[in-house]
Amino acid sequence: MTKPAFLPLRDAMAHHVHDGMSVALEGFTHLIPFAAGHELIRQGRRELTLVRATPDIIYDQMIGMGCASTLVFSWGGNPGVGSLHRLRDAVEHGWPCPLALDEHSHAGMAARYAAGASGLPFGVLRAYAGTDLPLVNKSHIATIKCPFTGEQLAAVPALTPDVTVLHAQTADREGNVLLHGIVGASREAAQAARALVVTVEAVVDRLDAPMNAFVIPAWQVAAIAVVPGGAYPSYAHGVYARDNAFYQAWDDIARDRDRFMEWMRTHVLATATHADFLRLLGVAA
Amino acid sequence: MTAYTPDEMMTVAAARRLPNGATCFVGIGLPSAACNLARLTHAPDLVLIYESGTIGTRPTVLPLSIGDGELADTALSVIPLPEVFTHYLQRGRVDIGFLSAAQVDRFGNLNSTVIGAYDAPTVRLPGAGGAPEIATNVRDLLIVMKQSRRNFMARLDFRTTVGWLDGKDSRARAGIAGNGPRAVITDLGVLTPAEGSRELTLSGIFQGITVDDVRAACGWPLRVADTVVSIVPPSDDELRTLRALHDRTRVAHGHRVRIALPT
Repeated sequence: MTKPAFLPLRDAMAHHVHDGMSVALEGFTHLIPFAAGHELIRQGRRELTLVRATPDIIYDQMIGMGCASTLVFSWGGNPGVGSLHRLRDAVEHGWPCPLALDEHSHAGMAARYAAGASGLPFGVLRAYAGTDLPLVNKSHIATIKCPFTGEQLAAVPALTPDVTVLHAQTADREGNVLLHGIVGASREAAQAARALVVTVEAVVDRLDAPMNAFVIPAWQVAAIAVVPGGAYPSYAHGVYARDNAFYQAWDDIARDRDRFMEWMRTHVLATATHADFLRLLGVAA
Repeated sequence: MTAYTPDEMMTVAAARRLPNGATCFVGIGLPSAACNLARLTHAPDLVLIYESGTIGTRPTVLPLSIGDGELADTALSVIPLPEVFTHYLQRGRVDIGFLSAAQVDRFGNLNSTVIGAYDAPTVRLPGAGGAPEIATNVRDLLIVMKQSRRNFMARLDFRTTVGWLDGKDSRARAGIAGNGPRAVITDLGVLTPAEGSRELTLSGIFQGITVDDVRAACGWPLRVADTVVSIVPPSDDELRTLRALHDRTRVAHGHRVRIALPT
């Protein structure tokens, strides 16, 4: 039985994520691994296939900094605020580099992850009928006939990211990981991955997980980095809340290329760690 | 009678469409405000489901995102994304879906993907999210969106989500389940599908708005029902509840987040 390596975030990302890989930084609004995404930006990763149901601000930043060549997703906005301006600029104007889209609905993304997690080549669902999505994503959305009833259903290929990165509240010293709150497709993304890297708020002696809790066994985890506040400006349920004011403020920052670049230089490239980033924003003392 | 805005009238009119005790899959934004107003007024047993997997949630403030902690804290249970879309939605356990979009056409089909061509869009919109499967797996679909010639379109740039498809029985012939869109609530009135053709038809109008106003704000030649109902303005209770909800939400979203780093 293997156990995860406890590594500094910088080393965990450098060892596991390389240019050209497919990477899923999951978490549905909650537990988005911002610290890990920022570290990939600092390390200058390129040509990544970024996978996430809801790209959120972290992929807006990675796309704007030129880390990605493909986006696999189902809803790419700033929730409750509006557009992801860097995602828009990449799709509309190819800035800073062109971005290919592999676009789905949430149900389709969920089925793709679930198929990957199950070791199946594709997922099947009652979806996409009458929509234009299959017309613009022919290589990833097909129709299949049920062999028992004859019903026409949608088929989508399994997603098996090279690396899935999750953020969680706690790990124990063995490397078992406990998440709670809104989990989105995190469980499926974790099981579907070739390698799973987890950032956690804290390490505890005992998880004391309730029965049926979402626990990832240590032997499924490649590496763990302890990063308090690692989901900020997303949130870690029971630890800190989502910074909705930051999400609203991001709209203005991201709207303009120069302002975006200046913000990223100052807040991400010029900070060595996530703790420095949080202190610079005045979120942590 | 207290003065009110067109947005408030729209939210109130949308909320009134939700029967007490129904299960409702809630889109973010205008639908979320309407669903929670309904729950706080005439429909206390309305079961709200958000695509973040929060089942039976009863938030005291409106979430900014579909997955704010408020939704989890006040939910009966919190389940994974694949489960909410398969075991709840696809299995047919949701009565009503409530959506908004960037564009709608005369048959209640929705666009939330692109303005312009898909491969070279003028505006890249956020995309489908849960909408396509909400629209085809719920019993009844409700749509709420502000109305103008720019978003009530004769022809959509992209069909993200199916309403009545090409009208008449085309939806059923395509093998799509559910009753389809029952109403589009706008900031001017209410459009409902006509019997037979399924074309959206003006059947309710807000006070102070004329039929010509609604026609002028529609990108296709809008049909008008034989009888257009004048929609009752918001009651004092509806307005007070909605404004208090928005006030609480503003305060909550302005809270500063502090993170304690280990020393």
